Amino acid sequence: MGGGNKEALMGFWTTFYALSFYVATLILILGVGYKIYQYTKTPAPLKIPTTPAPLTTGGVVIRMLLEVILFKSLFRSNKWIWLFAMIFHGALWVILLRHLRYFIDPQWVIYPIWELVELIQPFGKYASFAMLFGLLGLLARRLFVERMRYISSASDYLMLVLLLVIGVSGVLMSFVTRTDIVQFKAFMLSVISFQWQNFELSAYQMPPDSMLLVHLAAVILLMIVFPFSKLLHAPGVFFSPGRNQVDNAREKRHVAPWAIKQFEAPQT
Amino acid sequence: MAKAKFETPEFRPYPVIPVIKPGVMKDSRSFVSKPGMQESLGYPGELVDNWQEVAINKLGELLTKYRSLRVYLDTCVKCGSCTDKCHYFIGTNDPKNMPVGRQDLLRQVYRRYFTLAGKLFPKLVGAKDLTRDMLDDWYNYFHQCSQCRRCSVYCPYGIDTAEISMAAREILDAVGYGQKYCNEIIEKVYKIGNNLGLPGPAIRNTLEGLEEDIKDETGVDVRLPLDEEGAEVLFVPPSADFFVEPHVDGLIGYGKVFHQSGISWTMSSHASEAGNFGMFIGSYENMRRVSMRIREAALDLKVKRIVFGECGHAWRVAYAFLNTLAGPFDFLDKRYPIPQHICEFTYDLIQKGALKLDKSANDHRRVTYHDSCNVARATRMGHKPGGQFVIPREVIKACCNHFYDMPSDTIYDETYCCGGGGGLLTDELMEVRVKGALPRMEALKQVTDDHQVTHMATICAICKSQFTKVVPYYGFDMDQIISVHQLVGDAIVLNVNEV
Repeated sequence: MGGGNKEALMGFWTTFYALSFYVATLILILGVGYKIYQYTKTPAPLKIPTTPAPLTTGGVVIRMLLEVILFKSLFRSNKWIWLFAMIFHGALWVILLRHLRYFIDPQWVIYPIWELVELIQPFGKYASFAMLFGLLGLLARRLFVERMRYISSASDYLMLVLLLVIGVSGVLMSFVTRTDIVQFKAFMLSVISFQWQNFELSAYQMPPDSMLLVHLAAVILLMIVFPFSKLLHAPGVFFSPGRNQVDNAREKRHVAPWAIKQFEAPQT
Repeated sequence: MAKAKFETPEFRPYPVIPVIKPGVMKDSRSFVSKPGMQESLGYPGELVDNWQEVAINKLGELLTKYRSLRVYLDTCVKCGSCTDKCHYFIGTNDPKNMPVGRQDLLRQVYRRYFTLAGKLFPKLVGAKDLTRDMLDDWYNYFHQCSQCRRCSVYCPYGIDTAEISMAAREILDAVGYGQKYCNEIIEKVYKIGNNLGLPGPAIRNTLEGLEEDIKDETGVDVRLPLDEEGAEVLFVPPSADFFVEPHVDGLIGYGKVFHQSGISWTMSSHASEAGNFGMFIGSYENMRRVSMRIREAALDLKVKRIVFGECGHAWRVAYAFLNTLAGPFDFLDKRYPIPQHICEFTYDLIQKGALKLDKSANDHRRVTYHDSCNVARATRMGHKPGGQFVIPREVIKACCNHFYDMPSDTIYDETYCCGGGGGLLTDELMEVRVKGALPRMEALKQVTDDHQVTHMATICAICKSQFTKVVPYYGFDMDQIISVHQLVGDAIVLNVNEV
């Protein structure tokens, strides 16, 4: 294959991934935004907090934080699921923070954000192994525990596989194949800042690395399926009336607009 | 008792998670509602021809009315946390009795008709068409859920199967496929005034008879007033308390407490039922209609306070929904909780020293306490979270010298349902009820072995009826089930009012 062909090819991938990135971002933001709008618009007509529940809004904030950070209810329920889920989600956060490096120009941010991103780099790299361990644990439970197999659909397995593909390709790039990360960052910053004219220079194109192409394709796919899948648990948990309601039914009357309209004649 | 056509589950030497046996409870089916009952609740008399279309439209409507339903159908990640938490699964092994298995019956249809992924790739995401088989599965398995909320305690997103099963039952009613037990009872409330169908004169007779019994036993004139205008307190007991053992001994206990308190009180023949089966069928409208009777009675009798008797789901509707459904209660005395639970009422009197209690009167009893599911996980008593666990126990301990709790993972908010709640307390579901009682019976067995417990006290009419019926299957005696206010009534020393 001649050099010209290769350049043309990377020109194609550059365009393809840049466009896919825009499309996926739009779908993710609009899709999740729409679901959040829908959850916000739908009333909770009755007080249904799972009790004992906090008596104040401050108490609800603490309850929610314990749920979303420490998975408190899951811990009470099943230590194995909790362990794998905690490792996976915890590692994922560290890894996501590490990846900020590829999306931020140090000149864009105030001190000490860039310094923190730099500080987290080694942790992020090794967190990827923890993430894979967590994912494999979750997959093993799904495959080998009879009750889990019964409740699992193809999409439940594929979601784990997709995350594993992202994790494995990422680990390979970090520890085995070595991607030209400087060039990738130049590409990514151009995408983010809409500097499309940069793509004519080869230094700003997608690096010719198959592992990177796989990694990004999987990430883009994940972004696209997010608003249509069970990944909605991430925004959804904040809207769960069983967890986010204050226990004050006797003190404060709580009525949904549709119930007022349907049952209580307008007073004026 | 007729010979059972099923085997009572064996006590498990240690709590293993059961293996799944798909479909074993598929044929355990409660009787379908009759046309007259359906219509008096505002539903079609029998299954409509275009049931599929009506059901989907109803689901669509509920999705816009209940955030719980929308969020709970979307957010489940199938983590498996709830799979071993339902007493009906533990007792029956049927995977559709796992909370997520039960929810999925509705979720599969939701995904098929209301989500992009389910419309485009049904197989991939486990979306299913609403077929007649699916509708029958809904009917059977959503009537094997007692809406006890135990699963919701363990769900990382707080997904509450009770909300899903209420929605499913509302859809079933909307297509004309309601359940006889619940709908017949709601019809009785509309036509007669209470779940048992006791007319006013029958209640009056019973109460007079009970007054005589108390007089004979204690020599004191303890009144059980009905429809007395101008009383301070409207007291609303479950109608079972008028008639059924061991409930009625609880009613005597309430009467003695009011007598000693010196607070005037009355029951009402119009609001002669604390229970509200409108909740079981997920119908806001019917739940509201039943609740309004209590508001009407309170206004008619010009009372200042409302107190509820021992009844679990009733206390949920009273505590959490009454203000919403039948409020605002501006005409009541705001110095007291609106409404108040009889245990809160008794506990306050004990705290004030207004009751003289002779604990030794209960010395022949070694007592444990069953937290009723809806009291435990959907309500509160007193001013602190968890008061619903503390207050009944404090009342018992003030009346008994020998109190022992069951194992910690079977009480408080981890309590197991009695097995008969949520509209399942009907004879044709006896297999489900007996099997669903297994975890509670195991806990009772343990506390019996460890502490020679003789009685299990509880504060729910359904728990009491269910337990008296099913404990014999597990080698216990029905007399071991007792009302908390029977313990109070037996310990109370009448006419020694020192306030």
